[in-house]
Amino acid sequence: MPEPLLTLSGVHTHIGHYHILQGVDLAAPRGELTMLLGRNGAGKTTTLRTILGLWRASAGGVRFDGQDITRLDTPAIAARGIAYVPESMGIFAGLTVHENLLLAAREGPLRDERLEWIFRFFPPMKKFWDLPAGNLSGGQKQMLAISRAIVEPRKLLLIDEPTKGLAPAIIQNLIAAFAELKKSQTTILMVEQNFHAARSLGDSVAVMDAGRVVHTGRMADLAADEALQTKLLGLSLEAHQ
Amino acid sequence: MKSIDWKPPLLVLAVLLGALLLIGSPSTWFTLTVAGVAMGLLIFLMAAGLTLVFGLMDVMNFAHGVFIAVGAYVAVSAMKLASGAAGADSLLVNLGALVPAMLAAALAGGLLGLFFERVIIRPVYGQHLKQILITTGGMIVAEQLIHVLWGPDILQLARPAALKGSFLLGDMALEKFRLSAVVIGLAVFAAMLVLLNRTRIGLLIRAGVENKEMVEAMGYRIRRLFVAVFVAGSALAGLGGALWGMYQESVTVHIGASMMVLIFIVIIIGGLGSVLGCFTGALLVGLVANYIGFLSPKVALGSNILLMVLVLLWRPQGLYAVGK
Ligand SMILES: Nc1ncnc2c1ncn2[C@@H]1O[C@H](COP(=O)(O)OP(=O)(O)OP(=O)(O)O)[C@@H](O)[C@H]1O
Ligand SMILES: [Mg+2]
Repeated sequence: MPEPLLTLSGVHTHIGHYHILQGVDLAAPRGELTMLLGRNGAGKTTTLRTILGLWRASAGGVRFDGQDITRLDTPAIAARGIAYVPESMGIFAGLTVHENLLLAAREGPLRDERLEWIFRFFPPMKKFWDLPAGNLSGGQKQMLAISRAIVEPRKLLLIDEPTKGLAPAIIQNLIAAFAELKKSQTTILMVEQNFHAARSLGDSVAVMDAGRVVHTGRMADLAADEALQTKLLGLSLEAHQ
Repeated sequence: MKSIDWKPPLLVLAVLLGALLLIGSPSTWFTLTVAGVAMGLLIFLMAAGLTLVFGLMDVMNFAHGVFIAVGAYVAVSAMKLASGAAGADSLLVNLGALVPAMLAAALAGGLLGLFFERVIIRPVYGQHLKQILITTGGMIVAEQLIHVLWGPDILQLARPAALKGSFLLGDMALEKFRLSAVVIGLAVFAAMLVLLNRTRIGLLIRAGVENKEMVEAMGYRIRRLFVAVFVAGSALAGLGGALWGMYQESVTVHIGASMMVLIFIVIIIGGLGSVLGCFTGALLVGLVANYIGFLSPKVALGSNILLMVLVLLWRPQGLYAVGK
């Protein structure tokens, strides 16, 4: 088997005096979408932030694309080809849609074909091109946050709860867009609470609890096993809908 | 492009008109208005760097006044060196003294800023209380050094010959130096707007002021950008100090520290991190200081604090809140 694009081994993270991650082992295979599930407070967001160096791992290691990135600072980690869509979306409200994308395109000018590709997923990005991002609706902000992450090809996308707080119709849009994005073989590590989204998009899955990964496997297997869902996630995923 | 929020400029207009009603005499009002705008724009020069520094890195720099003072003192020395050219009868020859003096003031402010950032502020990132204490300490030490270098006395900072006196427009007098201060202040403001809105560096600064962590997560090193902004802001403070000294025609070691209250009021009124807010706030403060100074001198400083309170009641984040 080829080495996964991303591997966390025995990662511990402290935030202040709190010991949040307590030995996380996790892998994101190349070209797959790995779903990271778990109850509220399980440590999913902390895991993504630790990968990016926004929190420092106090023990353990993070390997990305064959190299140890544990000790690198955040800009250096991102520059290796990792894009981040945080839970809060992190868009720049005072910048226009255009300017948000311009900033995300580190390598140079925006490429027309790439933009057309993005506009196909997210037509409002074209429509509101020159509008300050702060004026967008919640769903459009999420679209912008994702567009920003894919405005240039990146090796790995870290996406934290993209459907959180969005209306069902918008969620359907996003799921369709991610399904389309998956065809480009981008490796994605996604945190998701919405079962429908998780099941339809996930290839592999990792479930966290209390700062550890307590289950890994294929998403399809977990989706088919309600008893396991109940055990790992408290409620069955079905009930999350 | 983006739509601008016009309410704050309308507030400035309301202050202008309200003052005209209260003062009555148009010529007095005109003189006070020019003085207020000139003062406001000089405060803007001195404050613009500080608001960006706070916006970008949450750094509370109480030593900012030293950059102002050092600019003023360097201008005193430079103008003395070039006193022949400064006193000559031709504006062009005068500028041969003034421009190098202003550049030297900006350079001195910038270099001192670089030193402060490297040595004093860098070790205390993210720790506000320590920042306040250590930058205040740095300010005291730097003021003492100014004492040693330039002596404890009040120094004259003469305006170049061509900028002395006034133009007369009917019965209204327009001080030449104030007019020059307005021109320089507007030019710097315009240059900043172009930099912020038309360049990639500007884009990074605006984004960094909103959400520094996200800028880093996109692969940019915000630290370097911050150092550049800090130095540029200190240079502007040095330039502002030199012009302010010339405005008052004298310089003391407290020239910067005494402006800090107004500067803090301006950046709070404007919205921390907002250059447009800093500009609008500085105009308001400059105008109110001059109008109230004329109408009721006893409450002049209090009036600016009252202005701040009123603005914050209207907009708790300042005139132009930066979306965090
Ligand atoms: N900045 C912080 N300071 C202190 N504790 C924190 C901080 N951020 C997170 N925690 C704690 O760390 C634990 C894990 O939080 P994390 O945000 O990683 O969980 P999560 O799995 O993403 O949860 P959710 O589903 O609610 O987003 C929680 O107990 C949380 O309270
Ligand atoms: Mg979370």
